[in-house]
Amino acid sequence: MAKYIFKRIINAIPLLILITMLCFALISLAPYDAVDAMTTPKMSPELIEMIRQKYGYDQPVYIRYFKWLDGLIGGNFGYSIVNKTSIYNDLASRIPNTIRLVLPSYITAYILAIILGLIAGANKGKAVDKIIDSFASVSLAVPTFWIAMILIYIFGYKLRILPILGMHTVGNSSLIDYFRHFVLPYVVLTFGFLPGNIRYVRASTITEYSEDYVMVQKAFGASKAEILFSHVCKNALLPIITKIGMALPALVTGAVITESVFGWPGVGPYFVRAVQGMDYPVIMVILVLSSTLVIVGNLISDILYCVVDPRIRRGA
Amino acid sequence: MNYKKQLSRKKRDKIFELLLKDKASLISVIFLLALILVSVAAPFLPLDGSKTDILHMLESPSSVHWFGTDEVGRDYFARTINGGRISLTVGILAMLMSTVIGITVGMLAGFSGGIVDGVLMRIVDVIQSIPWLVLVTVISIFFKKGLLSIIVVIGFFSWMEIARLVRAEVLSLREREYIQYASFAGVKSFIIIVKHLIPAVMPTIIVSASSGIADAIMTESALSFLGIGIQEPLSSWGKLLQTAQSNLQNALYMAMIPGVLIILTIFAFNKIGNVLRVYWEPRVSEV
Repeated sequence: MAKYIFKRIINAIPLLILITMLCFALISLAPYDAVDAMTTPKMSPELIEMIRQKYGYDQPVYIRYFKWLDGLIGGNFGYSIVNKTSIYNDLASRIPNTIRLVLPSYITAYILAIILGLIAGANKGKAVDKIIDSFASVSLAVPTFWIAMILIYIFGYKLRILPILGMHTVGNSSLIDYFRHFVLPYVVLTFGFLPGNIRYVRASTITEYSEDYVMVQKAFGASKAEILFSHVCKNALLPIITKIGMALPALVTGAVITESVFGWPGVGPYFVRAVQGMDYPVIMVILVLSSTLVIVGNLISDILYCVVDPRIRRGA
Repeated sequence: MNYKKQLSRKKRDKIFELLLKDKASLISVIFLLALILVSVAAPFLPLDGSKTDILHMLESPSSVHWFGTDEVGRDYFARTINGGRISLTVGILAMLMSTVIGITVGMLAGFSGGIVDGVLMRIVDVIQSIPWLVLVTVISIFFKKGLLSIIVVIGFFSWMEIARLVRAEVLSLREREYIQYASFAGVKSFIIIVKHLIPAVMPTIIVSASSGIADAIMTESALSFLGIGIQEPLSSWGKLLQTAQSNLQNALYMAMIPGVLIILTIFAFNKIGNVLRVYWEPRVSEV
C-alpha cells in the first residue's frame, strides 16, 4: 500500500506543473493582457512600451512563465494591477475569513447529512424517510443566492434584527457582533452543502441494504442496529470519502456566491472584483492556488479510498 | 405476439405506472410539460417583454400585469416566460453534452485501465482542478458572449464528476466475478460494456444526469446572477434574479417568481430522474 501511495504522490507532481502551465497559457492567450489593463488609449506608444518593459511583458512567454513560477514558489505572488497591493498580503488576510465561514458550514452539513442519510436509507419508504427525502429533494432545487436574498429580506429588511453586509460593524469588534454577521451566511452555506450529501448517503445506504450479505446477516438473526452499524455503515460511507477530498478547495473558493451576496470579506468578492477588473495576476494566483488544493484533495481521496477498500488496493 | 414484445410493453406500462402513481411525480410531469409547451409557444404568444413604461414601474402583480412590472415598467410575466425559455434551453442542451462526454470518458478509463486510464484521469484532474467560475470566465473571454457559448462552456466543463463516478464504479465492477468470468470466457469488451457495465452503472448515470440538468440550470442562473452569464437583451431566470436583488426591499415578487420557478423546475427534473432510477433498478425499489 505504501508503494501505491508513493506512486500516487509522484503522479501528482507533474500534474501540478501542468496546471501552472495551463493557467499561465490560458491567461497569456487571452486577447487582453495585463498591460492593456494598466494603459489608457491616451498614453503614447513609447510610454506603453516602457510599461511593457517594466513588468517584463517584452520577454518571451517561457521566460515570463519561469519567472512567475519562481516567484510563486518563493511566496512572491506579485502585485494586483488594479490596487497595486501585494497579492500575498491580500490573500493572507482574506483566506482565514473564508475558512472561518466555510469550515463550520461544511462540518455541520456533513454530520447532518450522514445522520439524516443513514436514517432515511435504513428506513426506506417509511414516513421518516419520506420527510428527509422530500426535504433533500426540495432544498437541492433551491439556489443558495435565492435563499440568501429571502433571508436578507426577512431578517434584514422586515424584522431588522440581523445585519446583511460584511463581517463586523465598523468600530465594533466584539464576538457577539461577529456572530450576528456570521449567522446568515453560515445558514445559507450549510443549507447549500446539505441536500446533495444527504441524497448521496441515502442512495448509497439503500444500495448496500439490497446486497446479499445483509440478507445473510438477517438470516443469522442479526439485529437491525448490528446490520446498520457494523456492516452497512462501513460500505455505505465508502463513496463519501471521494467527496471529502473534493471539499478541500471549497475552503478557498467554495463560497464565492454567498460571500458576494453578503459582502463577506473573504476570497469570493476579491476574486469576483479581480475578474470584473481583469486583474490578471490576482486571477492567476487564485487559479493556481485553488487548482493545487483540488489536486491535493484528490490525492487524499485516493489514498483514503485505497486504505479502506482492499479491492481497489489489489487492482492498483 | 412474441415474448420480447410483451416484455417491452410491460416495461413501458411499468414506467407510466411509476410516473403516475406518485402525486409529486405526476405534478412534476405536468409542470414540465406545461413549461416546455409555453417555452416553445412563447414566440407566438402576444407577449412583449421589451416595452418599457415609466409610468408603471415596480408595480405589484395585478390583472393587467399578472407578475407585475420591473424597474423600467416592462411586463414581468413576459420577461419570466422568455427567461424560462432560455434557462430551459441551456439546462437541457448542456446536460446532454456533459452526460455523453462523461459516460464515454468514465467507461473508457475504468474499463481500459493502464495508460488510457492514466491519461484520461489526468485530463479529468487538470480540468476539474480549475474552479468552474474561473474557467468559465477565462473561457468566455475567448468566446463571443451569447447563448451558445454559455451552453458549450457549462456542458463542456461539467462532465468530470460523471466521468469520475462512472469510472469508480466500473473499477469496482471489474473485480466482480460475473465480469471477470465474462472476460475470461472470451466475451468481447464491447459486449461486456454494453451488456454488463452500462446497465450496472445506469442508476448512477440517471441520478447524475438528473442532477446534471438541475446543475446546468443552477450554474447558468448563478453565472447570470454574478453578471457573467446571459447578457442583455437576452434574459434568463438567473438574470432576472440579479435585477431583483437591487429592488429587493420594494419588490419582493421580482425575486419570488423566478426563484420559485427555478426551484419547481429543478425539483421536477430531479423527481423524474428518481422515478427513472427506480425503474432501472427495481431491486432497490423492492427492498
